[in-house]
Amino acid sequence: MKRWILAGATALALVGGQAEAKTFKWAYQGDIQSLDPQGLQETFTLGFLGNVYEALTHYDTNLKLEPALATSWENTDPTHWVFHLREGVTFHNGDPFTADDVIFTWKRSLTPGSDLKGAGGKMSEIEKIDDHTIKVTTPTPNPILPRDLPFFYIMSHKWAEENNATQATSPAEANSSSTYASTHENGTGPFIVTGRQPDVKTTFKRFDGYWDKDLKTNVDEVVFTPISEDATRTAALISGDLDLVFPVPVQDWQRLEDAKGVKPLHGPDARTIFLGMDQFRDELLYSDVKGKNPLKDKDVRGAIAHAIDLKAIDEKVMRGAANPAGLLIGPQINGFSKDLAEPYAYDPKQSKELLDKAGYPDGFQLGMDCPNNRYVNDELVCRAVASYLAKIGIKVDLNAQPKAKYFAKVGPQNGNDTSFYLLGWTPTTFDAQNTLFNIVHSFDKAANAGQFNYGHYSNTAIDDMITQIDKETDEAKRQSLIDEAFKTLKDDYGILPIHQQPLSWGVKDTIDAPQRPDDVLDFRYVTMP
Amino acid sequence: MSEVESAIDADLIGWRARLADNDLFHAFIHSPTAIVSTIVTLLICLGALFAPWVAPHDPFDLASVDLMDSLLPPPWMDGGSFSFLLGTDDQGRDVFSAILYGSRISILVGFLSVIFAAAIGVVVGLVAGYAGGLVDAILMRIADVQLSFPAILIALLIDGVLRGILPRGDYDQIAVYVLVLSIGLSFWVQYARTVRSSVMIERTKEYVQASQVIGLPTRTILFRHIMPNVLGPVLVIATIQLALAIITEATLSFLGVGVPPTSPSLGTLIRVGNDYLFSGEWWITIFPGLALVILVLAINLLGDWLRDALNPRLR
Amino acid sequence: MLLFVLKRLAQSVLVMLVVALIAFALFRYVGDPVDSMVGQDTTLEQRADLRERLGLNDSFLVQYARFIGRAATGDFGQSYRLRQPVDELLAERFPATFELSLVSAVMALLIGVPMGVYTALNRRGLLSRGFMTLSLIGISLPTFLIGILLILVFGVVLRWLPTFGRGDVVQVGWWTSGLMTRSGLSSLIMPAITLAIFQMTLIVRLIRAEMLEVLRADYVKFARARGLKPRTINFSIALKNTLVPVMTIIGLQIGSIIAFAIITESVFQWPGMGLLFIQAIENVDIPVMAAYLMLIAFIFVVINLVVDVLYFVVDPRLRVQGR
Repeated sequence: MKRWILAGATALALVGGQAEAKTFKWAYQGDIQSLDPQGLQETFTLGFLGNVYEALTHYDTNLKLEPALATSWENTDPTHWVFHLREGVTFHNGDPFTADDVIFTWKRSLTPGSDLKGAGGKMSEIEKIDDHTIKVTTPTPNPILPRDLPFFYIMSHKWAEENNATQATSPAEANSSSTYASTHENGTGPFIVTGRQPDVKTTFKRFDGYWDKDLKTNVDEVVFTPISEDATRTAALISGDLDLVFPVPVQDWQRLEDAKGVKPLHGPDARTIFLGMDQFRDELLYSDVKGKNPLKDKDVRGAIAHAIDLKAIDEKVMRGAANPAGLLIGPQINGFSKDLAEPYAYDPKQSKELLDKAGYPDGFQLGMDCPNNRYVNDELVCRAVASYLAKIGIKVDLNAQPKAKYFAKVGPQNGNDTSFYLLGWTPTTFDAQNTLFNIVHSFDKAANAGQFNYGHYSNTAIDDMITQIDKETDEAKRQSLIDEAFKTLKDDYGILPIHQQPLSWGVKDTIDAPQRPDDVLDFRYVTMP
Repeated sequence: MSEVESAIDADLIGWRARLADNDLFHAFIHSPTAIVSTIVTLLICLGALFAPWVAPHDPFDLASVDLMDSLLPPPWMDGGSFSFLLGTDDQGRDVFSAILYGSRISILVGFLSVIFAAAIGVVVGLVAGYAGGLVDAILMRIADVQLSFPAILIALLIDGVLRGILPRGDYDQIAVYVLVLSIGLSFWVQYARTVRSSVMIERTKEYVQASQVIGLPTRTILFRHIMPNVLGPVLVIATIQLALAIITEATLSFLGVGVPPTSPSLGTLIRVGNDYLFSGEWWITIFPGLALVILVLAINLLGDWLRDALNPRLR
Repeated sequence: MLLFVLKRLAQSVLVMLVVALIAFALFRYVGDPVDSMVGQDTTLEQRADLRERLGLNDSFLVQYARFIGRAATGDFGQSYRLRQPVDELLAERFPATFELSLVSAVMALLIGVPMGVYTALNRRGLLSRGFMTLSLIGISLPTFLIGILLILVFGVVLRWLPTFGRGDVVQVGWWTSGLMTRSGLSSLIMPAITLAIFQMTLIVRLIRAEMLEVLRADYVKFARARGLKPRTINFSIALKNTLVPVMTIIGLQIGSIIAFAIITESVFQWPGMGLLFIQAIENVDIPVMAAYLMLIAFIFVVINLVVDVLYFVVDPRLRVQGR
């Protein structure tokens, strides 16, 4: 018995009898881990599943919040929100969408295997007012709750119960009976997964019963292939095998411009790349300076900040596509302030003077950790930094390693084994508070604060401001607190921003696919000739 | 690969006599292939050895590298500069200098790992061939198991173990020796097998039996009397393996387990340049690639010629 | 004979156990699997909890023992990254690697053997020298470079062949085959060539060397003296005798085909076991890495065993010794 698996287009043409199905083929550098919307809280995975599942709120192509499964919402008092749910929505299997599904999803998000406990934990109670109205209680006043929810995908409680999927699938579970949700989907989104072979291919088709009949896209079928090698991915686009690929190495943009029928698509990424420094050890780990930690000296940090030519890095390493940064958040992030965004001036003379003043006229030795497969040209940026620091006498020993090793080494599980490191951050809520809390706040294991503050930069004044920002519901007051926190950090040379890296896609000329600033491809807006 | 060739090489015994007859030299000056490949190999080796004096720039000195010089094409193209004969890489390093310094590491790794592998292999082969019996069986069993695992996997494994055991700072400093150890340990079997079969033949010869009769210590018989007679094939294997070792180093570096990019070998240079193959900056990867192919080809040609020249029955 | 096979099987199991032990000793240096299993908002406490539930806090010996214990019952665990049983994943990927290796081996033989015979028979001919130089260049070119250059020329510039993947496949039971569709076949060409080149150059050189040996053997000289036709001597006698040792070596080379397949598969995004392994390393997917290494060790061990048994059957002297 032979079963023919044909390329998506032909299969649909045969089954649906449609003459011309529009098939959109795209590739990314990796695959999602699981179809379970609560399996992994990571932008690509959740963005990918956003075509299949939906949440109460949704980001449009410019990351502006818009209604999705909730039509409207109001903050009735500081700790309560009321959401009005959309009527007439059905899941892919035909189940109607009601308040019970929202409550079920919230409970499921708190089960052991879930990786969305963070978002789930923003709500302490959900009360069903009627089938299409819910009242949410938050543990603390939360002025931005709807921003916490666009990736909080609603699952059908009936479907989950029927298929033994009421618990989030955990990677720790070795038995496969509980992993139904990781290999099957049942969302309310505009596309249905029709086939999935991990790492090889995932196919989608349009969901006929989708509630929004005015969807912009004219795509009928989607074929997704993960391609890990940069060169192969670019080649697949140029050769015409694919319609859209990302990420494309920035150095290949010219090649795409020159090639017929394809073009690079780029814009600013919401992710900021920055340098962190060990400011808690009394002696640096990888240095010839013994008995003290030069990075605790503000002048030394200032010397490093002014020694690096961010414009040259942008121009040469990023081909002019990055946005040299003076702030840990980009313009797309809520809380951004243009006045603070000016980078530290490139001034090697001043750096030398600062080093002299700090008592290191001949510089010193410094170990640096850098990932080499995580961010755009990450290793190259580090090598450029090392080269600039060499010019003021700081001899950098660069340790560039794959991200798996890098994070294991510099992360808190290993006691933050690093002196100087490069890291990138996109706040999941697209709000400054998330960056401040994770990157700038003093490391506090109990409060889970400063988890990614690998160098343990610590300033109690800023910590207090962050606590206030969390509670402040007045927009203007909140903004001034955010500005003050970033201003203090900047004057202190606490953490050194490098740039907002570019988003870099390659696409056929004839395809219109908006590039969301968080690097998410939303099929809803893709149109083909 | 040369595990089989070694089987043929086993009977190169008696090579010293032929060398004494100046046969080898005679054959050499009559073989253009041999002369050209020797000259090419020597040129590259000398260039690598004297890189600090020959190379126009020091690509390892971070302070002298300028990011603004990066991605310059070779001088015969638009925008090229004569101070960078083969263009510059993504960091502003002179590609020509980087190749010279890179070959230095590649050749160093090649030579050291071949010497290392030969040393182990010859000793194991001598002992196994001379002792025979259980010792032989155990040693050859180990060799069999190792032979069935590809060199690259073994090298990856050893590299992984050492990388894990050693502290990070130390690792980078001795990355070269780790490579030597990994490649060497995966290459010794060919020598062992070849030497073993030669020894088994030599053992029955009169001069060995005579030495045994007059009561010379085994060590003396093995290393002073038998060893010189089995080194011919070892030399041939060594030449071919030198080429293979250089390629293996390049492949390991390509897989990212070789020497760090701050002091690159040819393989690392090719890996780094690979990212620029589509973007038009082909010189970053093509020139180191060419250097690698020419070097390996020359050594291989030399090895081929040497084998034919030392094997009387093939002439 | 049976005793010999049993003895070797016992040794084989030992080899596999050792491979797995070394593998487990290495895993903690690859990275922390938890980092790629959770998102950035996951708290330290939740991470520690997951680590504990996965048993990653145990010493590598305990983890090793647990893995072996489960493997003995046929349970190879679940992939951390893809959250599916590992044995299913490997079974899904095996056909791709197998077809790629098989086609490239056949390709290498079909081109390599005639070239080897020709160069041995016309040792000083111009074409022979050309072949030998070509084979040297083949050995001197790193596999990864060949793959990228092929993609550049045939995929991007000429646009004759697909640049990645396996094309359309046909399902036959649990097996998937790309050999029966047009796109499957055209997808196979470049990866197979990339993988075949190294093997081919090796075969050319082996056949040539063995053939030269055999041609000088006494029985060939005798046949010549008897006035047999050169054609009969060359092909019926010499080539036949050349093939026995060559076949054993080729058997052993299957191992290196699998190793080089890792590189080829990652360049061409070929959905085989090698690609699965490379991505497992990247994401510290310990169950997949462990199972893959065990499987490879198993394949090697089986091939070794088969080769030894063949020797035993072919070479009467070994039988007398009884070994």
